[in-house]
Amino acid sequence: MSDEEPLLRVEDLVVDFPTEDGVVHAVDRISYEVNPGRTLGIVGESGSGKTVASLTTLGLTRRQGARISGRIFFKGEDLVTLPEDRLRKIRGDELAMVFQDPLSALHPLYKVGVQLTEAVRAHRDVTKQQARDRAIEMLGHVGIPDPARRIDDFPHEFSGGMRQRAMIAMALINEPKVLIADEPTTALDVTVQAQILALMERLQRELDMAIVIITHDLGVVAEVADEITVMYAGKIVERAKAERIFTAPEHPYTWGLLRSVPTVEGQTWGLMRERSGTIERKELVPIQGSPPSLINPPSGCHFHPRCPYFQPSHAESEPPLEPVPDDPDHTVACFVHSEQRRMLWANLRQGATPQEAIETVGAGDGA
Amino acid sequence: MLRYIARRLIWGVVILIVVCALTFILFRVLPTANPAILRAGRDPQPRLIKEIEQVLGVNKPLIVQFWEYLKQVFFHFNLGYSWYSDAPVSELIFERLPATLSLCLGGAILWVVVGLGVGIISALRRGKLADRAAMVGALVAISAPTFWLGIVALYLFAAEIGRFPIFPGAGSYVSFTQNPAKWFGSLILPWLVVAASSAAVFARLMRGNLSETMGEDYIRTARAKGLPEHSVTRQGVRAAINPAFTAFGLELGFLLGGALLIEIVFNIPGVGLLNYHAIRSSDFPVVQGTVLLAAMFIVLMNIVVDVAYAYLDPRVRFS
Amino acid sequence: MSDLLVEVRDLVKYFPITRGIIFQKKIGAVKAVDGISFDVKRGETLGLVGESGCGKSTTARLLMRLLQPTSGEIRIDGRDITKLHGADMKAARREMQMIFQDPFSSLNPRKTIGSIIAEPYSIHGLLTGKNERKRKVQELMETVGLNPEHFNRYPHEFSGGQRQRIGVARALALEPALLIADEPVSALDVSIQAQVLNLLRDLQSRLGLTLVFIAHDLSVVRHMCDRVAVMYLGKIVEVGPGSALYEFPRHPYTGALLAAVPVIDTSRRGRERKLLSGDVPSPVNPPSACRFHTRCPKATDICSEVEPQLEDLDSGTRAACHHLLTHDEAMELGVRGWG
Repeated sequence: MSDEEPLLRVEDLVVDFPTEDGVVHAVDRISYEVNPGRTLGIVGESGSGKTVASLTTLGLTRRQGARISGRIFFKGEDLVTLPEDRLRKIRGDELAMVFQDPLSALHPLYKVGVQLTEAVRAHRDVTKQQARDRAIEMLGHVGIPDPARRIDDFPHEFSGGMRQRAMIAMALINEPKVLIADEPTTALDVTVQAQILALMERLQRELDMAIVIITHDLGVVAEVADEITVMYAGKIVERAKAERIFTAPEHPYTWGLLRSVPTVEGQTWGLMRERSGTIERKELVPIQGSPPSLINPPSGCHFHPRCPYFQPSHAESEPPLEPVPDDPDHTVACFVHSEQRRMLWANLRQGATPQEAIETVGAGDGA
Repeated sequence: MLRYIARRLIWGVVILIVVCALTFILFRVLPTANPAILRAGRDPQPRLIKEIEQVLGVNKPLIVQFWEYLKQVFFHFNLGYSWYSDAPVSELIFERLPATLSLCLGGAILWVVVGLGVGIISALRRGKLADRAAMVGALVAISAPTFWLGIVALYLFAAEIGRFPIFPGAGSYVSFTQNPAKWFGSLILPWLVVAASSAAVFARLMRGNLSETMGEDYIRTARAKGLPEHSVTRQGVRAAINPAFTAFGLELGFLLGGALLIEIVFNIPGVGLLNYHAIRSSDFPVVQGTVLLAAMFIVLMNIVVDVAYAYLDPRVRFS
Repeated sequence: MSDLLVEVRDLVKYFPITRGIIFQKKIGAVKAVDGISFDVKRGETLGLVGESGCGKSTTARLLMRLLQPTSGEIRIDGRDITKLHGADMKAARREMQMIFQDPFSSLNPRKTIGSIIAEPYSIHGLLTGKNERKRKVQELMETVGLNPEHFNRYPHEFSGGQRQRIGVARALALEPALLIADEPVSALDVSIQAQVLNLLRDLQSRLGLTLVFIAHDLSVVRHMCDRVAVMYLGKIVEVGPGSALYEFPRHPYTGALLAAVPVIDTSRRGRERKLLSGDVPSPVNPPSACRFHTRCPKATDICSEVEPQLEDLDSGTRAACHHLLTHDEAMELGVRGWG
């Protein structure tokens, strides 16, 4: 990682929500950090805790009765304990967020310009006209044509792509140091998605901003993220530089994700069905089982009920996040030994089933 | 937009014609006194009755009578003459209209202010004591019949007879032009009663709407921008008001059509009271006139509400 | 028995926009589907891809005759279903079934899943015996991987992936020849998507189903489909075997779509990608002649004057374009071919 001081550092964050059915352990002790000008991708499915973690960073889970512990350091201050009025000054100014569905994330009854100018005036002492000028400037900057006229439109008068651009303009209008983007392109068409990702990268370079991008789409993180963190059931199970996640992943859940996703090149790391000459027919390998309850998560390693490489000892204690032998930036939380994991993956990526891989490798107890 | 309004107005007129027809038929089907007899004085001769029938025109076929009536109403704005007092119906109505309008509009202002306030506070403090108390109060106000509320109010607060005589009692209405202070004083109790149940409904509606809108994504965005909480709440209220406004408009239309019970209890000389007396004395033209007025208010408020909604919610605008 | 199960010819669907005071006058139309023709062979999977407003969902609904076409023909097994009415149409419906996108709203929350799956039988008056019906329903549940003991449960007791399976079971009840899947996995988590996709593939090969698969996710379509049709603003711009289309797209729009898809190969990050600019034009007023000419990097005058027709190219692909992509251009776009 870079030598600079991280802009945002999350340490041992725990977020619980008391509900009628029990306490939901949404985030279960995670730590990560982001540096200026770099992009961290957080990958996970629904229930992984990725969204809750980022909302908590901005203090947006406080109102929902969340019990938060741990530390979130931003510019020397701990956001977890920071009083609401101080946190509000940071939100929308130095720390900004972009959400998934721009149609529901923008107020339908206020003009786009109004929503932008109020973002400016909440943090800067400027006149209405100055705020409006800034809003027009920003709309133009994100690629909205004829911004001086469109600033008085309502959100529903914009197309999907333009709405997301407007949301990005709104988030970046005060030139934040860190941008958190929660599924920013999931609701968009693929060509628009490409435009938005390119826009975000350009703005990142201009503002030397750190970006945390949260998504379930492996392709998106492969395109934009420098580091990737994989979350499952409220925990971080693997973290590494982007290339390594795709070339040398070492957690069974990451393997499961990679093997269950088809790619547009037609290749998957999936199961080999048949091979005749150079034609390989691969099969998607779904992760068996279903996502766990967050009220009663599985004991020990949360992934163990769905893991083909499970040993009884894995259910007894939680695996610590540890670096792999040759790369201190690559950390994995798994009881299986790293050498065994590598051999397993080598087999799996050729198209073996987990059973076959286990037999070949002779996977024993990794505890 | 103009096209839309024009279209609604035309349909509005059609509805009014249908209303006319229905009341016309109803009054013929129900067994009521023959108006000629009513007008004829004591112990009338059959020949006198026949003459009066001729004059009044009630011996012509129904369709013809109806057609004559329609022509008068829509082309000459002549609503006919009272069978009881011979005065022009339109005059009678216009005389009484200010009182009804004072009652309804004043009550409406009160109910919106109270309803909004209570609804917003309840939504923001959902589940807490203030909310629960407010909702129980609302339930009582909605369940209680308005005339009962009126009588209780008089019993408690009316000047001569009340337990805590602080407000003028029934029958104390004077018009605004005569004496503004007395006008105001005489309407306080009626306004409170009008407002009571409507405000309660409004409050419940606002509470529900606001609770819902405060959970929407755009509220989360507003907080994420670092806006102060009162701005965030304002955005939520702005979104919650739209459906409540529709309910308000329709309710007001209803009320304007005839706050009958309240006018009776408080003896306010409005259109509703006029209607009441006319029904009791089978004074058909007057009833026809007041019913038409009520229908007109309702149709009008419907149109106003729909058009206003387009301004309130830009997504609905007609281009 | 012909090779082709579905033959669509010049299918058009316009949704009128009206205005007027008393009488509604038509002042325009949303040209959702503007003259498309395609075939689906028995037993194959045809993918329909495109972005918002391209008309793929409308096409699905037209195939099922949930919408009445403005004009055109849809032949299922030789019969033009656009001309059928009443009992004939109802009988024809047994041959085609649909799976919907949203597993949460496509199942009636007040019915048990057993009755949801059995509903097709009630509608068509089949399997009137209660026991017979129950047995068949449980059989279907097993086929799709659900526990047959759960047939008395309600939809809310199941997860998204399971609900989608219920939808599939319901669709299979009448043993249709044609299955239309409208974005069947878009609303599901990634790991569940694979389960449902595998199920569909498995069922197709076992039951000999013909599948029309509509999706916006190009990777999923590539994996599932034998042939793929690309739609833009109500027209089919390219159709052909999946492998050919993905490795060497001929139509500039297909190329743009493929160039835009993020790839998992991190070694190709930062490559030059020519991205499409602007937004999709409105289907109310689509561009003249070639619908894509306003955004096409290769457009010339002829593109706004003469509408290109679908023409056969080598490799079994058909594309409608005056300036098809050359091999070099396709490679330049950042599309990877096995080349």
